[in-house]
Amino acid sequence: MATVITVEKRREDFDVTAVVTSIQSSAETALGKLYASLPKGVGAAGVARARAFARFERSGLPTRRIEAWHYTDMRSALREAYPLAFDYAMNPTRGLRIDLIDGAAPDDLGQQTWPEGLRVRALRDVLAGAGDDLAAKIYPDQGANDAMVALNAAMSGDGLVIEVATGARIETPIGVYWRSGGVTPRSDFSRVLVLLGDGAHITLVESHAAHARTQRNSAIVFHLAAGASVEHVFVPEFYEAESHVATLIAELGECAAFNSFALIAGGGLLRRQIFARCAGEQADVAFRGVSLLGGKQHADTTLVVDHAAPHGRSRELFKHIVTDGASGVFQGKVIVRPHAQKVDGGMKSQTLLLSDDAAMYNKPELEIFADDVVCGHGATVGELDKDQLFYLMARGLTKAEAEALLLDGFAREAIEFVSNEDVRSRLETLMSDWLESRPS
Amino acid sequence: MAAVQETVDRVRSVDVDAYKYGFVTDIASDKAPRGLNEDIVRFISARKDEPEWLTNWRLEAYRRWLTMAEPDWSRVHYPKIDYQNLYYYSAPKSTPGPKSLDDVDPELLKMYEKLGVPLRERAILAGVEGAGARVAVDAVFDSVSVVTTFKEELGKAGVIFCPISEAVKTHPELVKKYLGSVVPTTDNYFATLNSAVFSDGSFVYIPPGVRCPMELSTYFRINERNTGQFERTLIIADAGSYVSYLEGCTAPQRDENQLHAAVVELIALDDAEIKYSTVQNWYPGDKDGKGGIYNFVTKRGDCRGARSKISWTQVETGSAITWKYPSCILRGDSSRGEFYSIAISNGRQQVDSGTKMLHLGKNTSSRVISKGIAAGRSDNTYRGQIFAHRKADHARNFTNCDSLLIGHECGAHTVPYIETRNASAQFEHEATTSKISEDQLFYAMQRGLSAEEATALIVNGFVRDVLQQLPMEFAVEAQKLIAVSLEGSVG
Repeated sequence: MATVITVEKRREDFDVTAVVTSIQSSAETALGKLYASLPKGVGAAGVARARAFARFERSGLPTRRIEAWHYTDMRSALREAYPLAFDYAMNPTRGLRIDLIDGAAPDDLGQQTWPEGLRVRALRDVLAGAGDDLAAKIYPDQGANDAMVALNAAMSGDGLVIEVATGARIETPIGVYWRSGGVTPRSDFSRVLVLLGDGAHITLVESHAAHARTQRNSAIVFHLAAGASVEHVFVPEFYEAESHVATLIAELGECAAFNSFALIAGGGLLRRQIFARCAGEQADVAFRGVSLLGGKQHADTTLVVDHAAPHGRSRELFKHIVTDGASGVFQGKVIVRPHAQKVDGGMKSQTLLLSDDAAMYNKPELEIFADDVVCGHGATVGELDKDQLFYLMARGLTKAEAEALLLDGFAREAIEFVSNEDVRSRLETLMSDWLESRPS
Repeated sequence: MAAVQETVDRVRSVDVDAYKYGFVTDIASDKAPRGLNEDIVRFISARKDEPEWLTNWRLEAYRRWLTMAEPDWSRVHYPKIDYQNLYYYSAPKSTPGPKSLDDVDPELLKMYEKLGVPLRERAILAGVEGAGARVAVDAVFDSVSVVTTFKEELGKAGVIFCPISEAVKTHPELVKKYLGSVVPTTDNYFATLNSAVFSDGSFVYIPPGVRCPMELSTYFRINERNTGQFERTLIIADAGSYVSYLEGCTAPQRDENQLHAAVVELIALDDAEIKYSTVQNWYPGDKDGKGGIYNFVTKRGDCRGARSKISWTQVETGSAITWKYPSCILRGDSSRGEFYSIAISNGRQQVDSGTKMLHLGKNTSSRVISKGIAAGRSDNTYRGQIFAHRKADHARNFTNCDSLLIGHECGAHTVPYIETRNASAQFEHEATTSKISEDQLFYAMQRGLSAEEATALIVNGFVRDVLQQLPMEFAVEAQKLIAVSLEGSVG
């Protein structure tokens, strides 16, 4: 795990004696014990998980010294690791709603009637029989070097495997609800794999509920075959998690499209990390989001969009409203590989800071190796425009109303891209609730 | 389409081996033995007749350096530097201080002649009074200032412009007060190394209320084989004063990589303004990236006084590796920092450059304009930090960094760090990466320009914002360098 290297240099011969001492934080030690207590995985998946834990052990919990974690220090945030919450409590599954309680899938998935072309299984049932191919899909290379992704791979004994058959278009949104099974302190790890065949379509709502003493590490992995498309929404409801690392990995084939929106509000420390790779030509990805941060919250959105094929298109738009003593982080990296010509990339991060104790850290990166591309990014940080406030107040609005109106307009721009109307109106309600109850 | 292809071909055909400033001047030099230890540090200090406090200052830095690790966060790759295989001190054969240019080694003058500018001022030196712009030159030949001109006229204005080794003796109180006050000895690996072994550099002090009567200029030149050059520049602009300082560099071709770790410290007191311009054209290495200069520079300006202003302008075309972040600490209320940069990389060059604007005072403002052009198989990274302290009310920043790619084997990267801890701060950042637009080419050609002219026009326009910031004396040379690096191939 994290190592401290003491270097002792002698003047005479300039020899360097390095003494490497391992110092594990108590959370790292606890996680090691938790891992040891898990049943050993078998087959290809078991090997991949053991490797992942070895990777985590080598690097330990990420600190500010890791460039991708520059603004979120996981090692100091996780003082201790809570006991694993393995509660295989069964719960009824209604319609297209699947509850993951403490990361565990319901027992009756097999007895459910799913729309044609949709197949849902518990990850725990799939892991044992997974061959190399499937294991490589569950544990893709993307993001694998990130310590928290590795930890998720090693510790997740359950989750879901959702398959959408070639050509199947599932119009009804599928809700996957992560919930805590009880009120005691707990840490849950889970992984969801979503496989889409050629031309398949799915709308998936990733919903998180958690009480204040939850440490969560969730991962969702999408594989989109040629022409497949995904509408993805991340939304926290009744969400107070102490810490949460939410990873999204997406691999896109030719002409595949991935459209994702995240609403971030509530909880303590949230790190959302996205690793998207456009492996096929003309792939199209869009990540948008609104963060509403107050209190002592810390929300970090870190995304990597990797254009590995020509004619790709990517759009990112994030709106952050930060108040009280909260801090927000946005790190976005667009990579255009050599020969991935004609890529069109645009990234924008906009922030309104509403209090002097609030902080925002933006790091929008471009990493470009192909010459025939159009890529740009913009980042702005500021406060509410005094002139606009004056204009509205001169027309009889109170200060609070005027502010709410301006903030609503600011954030709504990103929400408008959510195409499913029911989902969008739910998001709008959540946002208005936050704006109305906002401490001023 | 054709025009772009042609440009690409032509750029490719510019043989980076054809580096036109690659020549070695043969002058006997006096150097310290290879390697670095406390004795070498003491040797350097003794050679320069330094007072004890400075020797101790160096030794302290050296001891600190031993405990530090070479930074690895930047986007540059190079073989490990063997610090024990370098010479840390080399001075041209010392003749007792040249009285006039005639006394100066003709080899040296010849070398400056090959460089063209700005020792063209030899004409002015020869007595052509009022011949347009005048430039005072503190010529640095390897590590020791050989010629310092215009001292007298500057003296009349009260301006102190001399090698820092001399300032240590003549103005110890100023040096002691300001040296290391912007870039402390503990700052970073390369700055700490510089503090331990710095050989020479310029010292400038502008008294209160004085507008420096001429542009000040230092011409750097790395000459001795396997010599690390460790320049140390200290510029202090006292209340209400103004100074414009020019720094230009070319270096001879050689086989082994050379390390260059300079430190530049600027201090602007109340209402003072410092304008610091750099044209850097060191040997970039051959086609395979072999032999170029490693340029690890720490440049930092401290706007210590209210309403002070520091402006950095740089044209970076040379060096195998550039690791350079000229920064401004905006401490005084209403102070202003500016950074204008053109970074051109070709062949196997690696550039990781940018700036830091640290807003600490109220109503501080900063502006960052960075233009990166990557060609050949080079990598060009902009890395910049904009930071607003909790107390930096109404801090304002505008950042624009654009990259232009020529060829499909190069890379352009943008890594901005925008950190805001004050709600009234207003920061804007925008960046684009593209190749030369077909539409613009088409438009220009439709109006009768040839493909080359059109491309040249666009490339010129791309960097114009920054070129305009250069003092007249430098703009000519900068344009020449850009031509050598890229544009000359276009026509």
